[in-house]
Amino acid sequence: MAVADKARSNGHADESSAEAGRAARGSLLTRALSQIARQAQQRIPRADLDERDPDFIRERLPLMWLLASLWYRGEVRGLGNIPDDGPVLLVGNHSGGNMTPDTIVFTLAFNTYFGVERAFYQLAHNLVLSMPGLGSLRKFGTVAASPENARKALDSGAALLVYPGGDHEVHRPVWERNRVDFNGRKGFIRLALAQNVPIVPVVSIGGQETALFLSRGERLAHWLALDRLFRLKVLPVSVALPWLINVGDLLGHVPLPAKITIETLPPIDVRDEFGPDPEVDDVYDHVIALMQETLDALAAERRLPVIG
Amino acid sequence: MRASAHTVVCAPIDSVWEIVSDPERVLTFMSGVTRWEVESERPTGLGARYRMLMRVGSAEVGGLIEVVEWEPPRELAWTSVTGIDQRGRWRLRPAAGGRTRVEIRLAYGVAGAGLAGWLAERIAAPAVTGHLRGTVSQLTRLAEHQRLRELAEQRRARAGQAAAG
Repeated sequence: MAVADKARSNGHADESSAEAGRAARGSLLTRALSQIARQAQQRIPRADLDERDPDFIRERLPLMWLLASLWYRGEVRGLGNIPDDGPVLLVGNHSGGNMTPDTIVFTLAFNTYFGVERAFYQLAHNLVLSMPGLGSLRKFGTVAASPENARKALDSGAALLVYPGGDHEVHRPVWERNRVDFNGRKGFIRLALAQNVPIVPVVSIGGQETALFLSRGERLAHWLALDRLFRLKVLPVSVALPWLINVGDLLGHVPLPAKITIETLPPIDVRDEFGPDPEVDDVYDHVIALMQETLDALAAERRLPVIG
Repeated sequence: MRASAHTVVCAPIDSVWEIVSDPERVLTFMSGVTRWEVESERPTGLGARYRMLMRVGSAEVGGLIEVVEWEPPRELAWTSVTGIDQRGRWRLRPAAGGRTRVEIRLAYGVAGAGLAGWLAERIAAPAVTGHLRGTVSQLTRLAEHQRLRELAEQRRARAGQAAAG
């Protein structure tokens, strides 16, 4: 299967080849599901930073620009706040189910603003990169989310985009759309401190209006044992085209053309502002409060949902 | 894709040249341009490099450009080094009555991107042309106001001399 070949070529564990024989006897669906389960249960592979291909990105920018400008009518402000060079940790709030429109609009704006020559990586759930067809995300600089990979990217002097809220925030119900929800994950602060890089908050709005997100489905995932089998803590339920009722969002959906606005805030030098040995909880509360304030201001600007 | 705009400015060609060739003043009259920073040793002349960005759609697009034609006070042309492919040109020609004919041209492209590139070039064209038109109209205002102030200054100087003499 294409996923197994990709796994082998990237130097991932070879146990997938032995089990592939057994799996071949099942139906296509069970084969696909067991392959994905195996990928999810493996240790998160070490990223190869060279997989990012600036020439490939440059060729894809026009399509991303069409999507971001025409469909999402994207507006990205404050990119001048990001230091011109050197490593920087961009921390964003994540929205839009598995289609993540905010990532598309932001990475387009970042790549045209700084040029594809500037190294820029994005952390994503390992499952995202394992999805058949999404392997080409590696060429954009998408890297499986793990502390080692994050450190490796920042060590190379690159800008790194992380979404602490991750799958918890991206499937939040539509009535929580204007809420920053990192679910208490403070790893990004420890990363910034360990690497001594500034934190630049990136606040986006509109992503959670691209479909009718109804529930994160945490209890549903637990009841179906998905957290044990696939490391999936959520089984989101939403109303979206073309499926109407969309459970799990594993096949994606057609997002509504909601207006996406993204605001980049000035960099936070953690040690400068909180002292040489800062309390991680204090920094977390400060960053959340700052981002929530900005999100409230962006929400006040919006007159109508979707239309903006 | 090519975009352009032109106008006639009621100011002498030398003062218009002074304005368009000065990287420090570009942001005061170029519409849609959000960045124009000198990246080379010399701020002007052949080989000078600027980092520029123009707001088009949802992104700020541009990159590093280099001046490849420099003939004061008539021609100033640049080409892109990184970022979006572009060739830009200021063309100034004297017009009757001490005025200046000004044209700005911008040829841009998104090489190697197939159908999406072709579409993007075309859909961006009205925005880019709008920015160029805004640029020449703001340049006209700037140059003509500057000219009026210069003339007023000269009149005051002459009046001062006449009074003293």
